[in-house]
Amino acid sequence: MMDDMAAIFREELRDLLESLERGLLDLEAAPQDMALVNQVFRDLHTVKGSGAMFGFAELAGFIHSFETLFDKIRSGAAVVTSDIIHLSLEARDQIPGLVEGVPDPEGRRQAILEALEAQISAGVPVAFPAPAAVQDVSRLTFGLRGDAFAMGARPDIILDEFRALGATGITCDTSGVPPLDSLVPGACHLVWHLDLPAAVTDAQIEEVFIFADADWSLRRGDPPPTAAAEALALEPAATIVRETTAAPPAAAPRAGVESAAGAAAPQGGGATIRVPAERLDALMDSVGELVILEARLTELARESRDAALMATAEQITRLAARLRDSTMTMRMVPMRSLVARFRRLVLGLSDTLGKPISFNVLGEDTELDKTVIEKLADPIVHILRNSLDHGLETPEERLAAGKPAEGRVELSAEHAGAEVLIRIRDDGRGMNPDKLRTKAVAAGLIAPDAVLTEAQCFALIFEPGFSTAAAVTEISGRGVGMDVVRRTIDGLRGAISIESRLGEGTTVTLRLPLTLAIIDGLLIEVAGERYILPMAAVQEIVELPASKLVPNRAGDFLEIRGRFVPFLRLRQLFACDGQPEPDQNVVIVTLGDTRVGVVVDRIIGTNQTVIKQMSKLHANVRAVSGATILGDGTVALILDVMHLLALGQTLPDPSARAREVAA
Amino acid sequence: MNAITPRDDLTVITLTVGAQKLAIPACALREILDPLPVTRVPRAGPFVPGVVNVRGSVVPLANLRHALGIPDEGQDDRRRIMVLEVDLEGDLATVAIMADAVHEVTTIKASQIEPAPSSATAWPADHISGLYNSPDGFVLIPDLTNIFAAQASRAADTP
Repeated sequence: MMDDMAAIFREELRDLLESLERGLLDLEAAPQDMALVNQVFRDLHTVKGSGAMFGFAELAGFIHSFETLFDKIRSGAAVVTSDIIHLSLEARDQIPGLVEGVPDPEGRRQAILEALEAQISAGVPVAFPAPAAVQDVSRLTFGLRGDAFAMGARPDIILDEFRALGATGITCDTSGVPPLDSLVPGACHLVWHLDLPAAVTDAQIEEVFIFADADWSLRRGDPPPTAAAEALALEPAATIVRETTAAPPAAAPRAGVESAAGAAAPQGGGATIRVPAERLDALMDSVGELVILEARLTELARESRDAALMATAEQITRLAARLRDSTMTMRMVPMRSLVARFRRLVLGLSDTLGKPISFNVLGEDTELDKTVIEKLADPIVHILRNSLDHGLETPEERLAAGKPAEGRVELSAEHAGAEVLIRIRDDGRGMNPDKLRTKAVAAGLIAPDAVLTEAQCFALIFEPGFSTAAAVTEISGRGVGMDVVRRTIDGLRGAISIESRLGEGTTVTLRLPLTLAIIDGLLIEVAGERYILPMAAVQEIVELPASKLVPNRAGDFLEIRGRFVPFLRLRQLFACDGQPEPDQNVVIVTLGDTRVGVVVDRIIGTNQTVIKQMSKLHANVRAVSGATILGDGTVALILDVMHLLALGQTLPDPSARAREVAA
Repeated sequence: MNAITPRDDLTVITLTVGAQKLAIPACALREILDPLPVTRVPRAGPFVPGVVNVRGSVVPLANLRHALGIPDEGQDDRRRIMVLEVDLEGDLATVAIMADAVHEVTTIKASQIEPAPSSATAWPADHISGLYNSPDGFVLIPDLTNIFAAQASRAADTP
């Protein structure tokens, strides 16, 4: 029992530490943001409380000191500096060790706390806006949001705290309480009004609400008749509405609205449960098997021509698809879960390297399958390290080149069809293809007379044993890493590419499939063999004109709505026996701007494709990205769209030919 | 897995490929199946020409004839598919091999096993871990780890 509880605490701790880390990092960017200070304080407080409850006395002691320091910031006795953030992050990193009982013989933890204390005591006290000028009382109205009572809110304690601040004339507005049959017991339907001395600041009020999710508004008393204050008084908006969390704005006194929100919250917010990852994997496996069996059932039903059976099979098909979709949605994790790690890395490296860096993250809500996310962390860390170490120049070099001293690194993630694009962009010195080439020749990776395109030169950095840095630094440059990056991305059925401009910067683009489990596929047939094309890549299907039936040596192209699209003959590509029948179809597949046609004998239909990985023994078969099992139990191979497109690109460009003809 | 030390007796399963009798350590064998529909993998080469569905898994189907340089002798209804677990670059991988016939499980004494002759052999030396004499001719013990590792590295190198 205690073990279970401790396991729950550890899980909770992981979330809290993540939130703490995010809070601290956000705070570095916005040191004045009191809401962030409060969030950090709250997280610390929760860790301390749960830690003490589960018997982690040493942890509780450590956090207590940590928390006390943060309380000083919260009370305005100190301001947040970058040093404080760094030390706080270090202190945060000590927490897992404390929980696991890792000894600290060198007294590192104490040293961090002392350093933190020194920093905070040295901090300049914040001059709060002097409230002394305001003399009258302020009228405060507040209500508690959501299922406040269920979360353990104690309005009596809140009111006591206000009394300690000098609150008078406390009244309770019960007009928002619904009739008994629609009353949500966990929600707080009451609204309180009270008068506070005008000297009480917003920060003090927010402090009272630190452990409660409250809506409050404060009507400041009439200001003394000074010229400046009179100007202020002309503004009708003398009411300051402040929210402790980012919820849609709702004015507190409207109790009816309050109770409606309170009733909705338990259904929306409270319905999250934790599930061990293995259970999700097991569920996905079962869904995969179900989808395969469902295909088999559909086929048998069709053969039987039994209407009732066919109808049932169709319902099962629909159900299986729905089950598949919801299982996959469950496995989706936003990029955000990785981002804190990257921000820490950049923060740390920026210090070590002496390069000021602004690190921007776009699209951190982009979701990816959890397996993909897990495997993505290390490659992105490698790429970021390379950008920071090799890509970005020193501040002096940047100024000399007419760039701002602060380097810019951007990480962005976005959906593109059934894929996710992740870009890591820096505005550094860029890569020199000639230098890469020379280096590769020296390392014996390419022949001295090899002809390489610019893209091929950039791709050299992914070769094992290639390192561009003249001097090996401790951060990167040992020539390990980028080849591992490519291997990992390949393993995820993704692709990696580099664009770079000398003096302007480098962009590394990762293309990843949304999921590794199940996709919608188009089942096609070529010379009696069946293959799958990922549906997300299929743009349209056209008939192959009779004139194009025989391969043209100058290249095979179709004109589709005024644009030339190269096409590949799968029969030829896969060395199939026999002659094509006269009515062939062309499936146009696309990714981004590139398109290629694939000539097939027959389109069989759509198919729920449970992706099975190909063995290492078939790693050389680039045209195939995986396999699946069809309804009749045979295996069909999934064609690799990227590879087909690459093949299409190698065909000569007909528009060039057309121009020649025209000239 | 099929490293042979002088102390051990070896339990093997014997099979025929082409006209050659082979012995495979029984501990590597997972199951023996009747012929299954094989899906050809285009451009995969002669050693692992296809894949089969083994109880819901897509398993590569290898042809040891090519790894050992044994001529094809045609096939009949004794043909089977043997599902094996082999060490593939450090991971245990499931592979299937084609057998023209599967015979028996037998235990051979370590002293019976001779190393593969190092010169003048028709078979690549590192693909054989040993051979022994039996009443109906000599039996080859293929080195499955080496054979599949060689294919995996070939596959990884070919762009």
